[in-house]
Amino acid sequence: MPEPELHRVVHTMGTVFTCTVRAEPAPSLRRALDAAESLLHHVDEVFSPFRTDSAVSRVRHGRPVPGEWQPELREILALCADAHRRTGGRFAAWHSGDFDPSGLVKGWAVERAAVLLREAGAEHVCLNGGGDVQLYGGPWRVGITHPLRPGTCAAVVESPGGPLAIATSGPGERGCHIVDPRTGAPPTDGLASLTVTAPSLTEADVLATAAYCMGAEARGWLGTLPGVAAFAVMPDGQTWTTGKG
Amino acid sequence: MRAHPVRRTALTCAATVTVTVLALSLKPHHPPVGALPPATTPTPSSGTGTGGTSSGTRTVTGPTVQTRYGPVQVQLTFDGSRIVAARAVQSPGGDPRSRQINASAVPALMKETVDAQSAHLDAVSGATYTSEGYMSSLQSALDQARA
Repeated sequence: MPEPELHRVVHTMGTVFTCTVRAEPAPSLRRALDAAESLLHHVDEVFSPFRTDSAVSRVRHGRPVPGEWQPELREILALCADAHRRTGGRFAAWHSGDFDPSGLVKGWAVERAAVLLREAGAEHVCLNGGGDVQLYGGPWRVGITHPLRPGTCAAVVESPGGPLAIATSGPGERGCHIVDPRTGAPPTDGLASLTVTAPSLTEADVLATAAYCMGAEARGWLGTLPGVAAFAVMPDGQTWTTGKG
Repeated sequence: MRAHPVRRTALTCAATVTVTVLALSLKPHHPPVGALPPATTPTPSSGTGTGGTSSGTRTVTGPTVQTRYGPVQVQLTFDGSRIVAARAVQSPGGDPRSRQINASAVPALMKETVDAQSAHLDAVSGATYTSEGYMSSLQSALDQARA
């Protein structure tokens, strides 16, 4: 008999979050799933660039941000500044003068939601936020979608246990939406997709976004980062990995 | 570990990840937050120091913010009342070595073309899908199979 799992699918932030907890169903876990769902909706309310009253829209227009949102806004500003520094400017929360921390907020929200589940006693947590995954416990098997062969996976990451995050960047459904903030243009020697694993999803997400901008140079840069593994599919279907032990 | 039909071949090309990881969950080697200037709201008037005024903007070396990964001191640039940039003056683990710990997880990356129907998967990672894109995603298929 497989261990029982609790699932929750949450539609928010313009995407879909899937929460999986491997545990005996208990009221405390269901309440934690409720709390995680509420948290994701709350993060959308505060950080959506599409809501005119969000903190992000307020920052964009120089309007005051409600006091109860300021601690979260301060943390996101700090994390964006830190990510900008650590990626040599390749991760940027400002585009053409407009504040948009979305590239960091989703992974950060997933991690916060996972903390709520873990605090409720869940050891084995798998949280997927729109294609970026944070794992605790395990074992878990996570497929990486093949960017050139829809409906199939190009690789599988098997995580035996512990915290592991898997973030994938690519042109996505609507063509390339990732531009190098330093040039304002998409990478010219772009990858079909790039997957980065690291212990934290905030970290993996930032690195995947930043490295995707680098095109072919991503491989060398990612290879220098301790604790980070990467898997890329090139437009011709060839693949490469970094972070082999 | 779960049994899996392609596991034997997969293991031959399994990639083992380096055993040091970014210790983002570790407490960085920095003084406790109490020793740092108190956090202030990100408004121009409440920063702890003001800087340049080039091209109509001004910078405020403001709050040291306690993030889950350690304290980050932020320099905010304002154009009027709009924040137009945030730079990290101090980051956790400025020395990359302070981020290293022994890995608690060693993921095995298996390069193989996997039919999602045949492989037991718990989740699927891919370029971010929209609410609409989710409907045709592998993750959606997984979710429906479990509903």
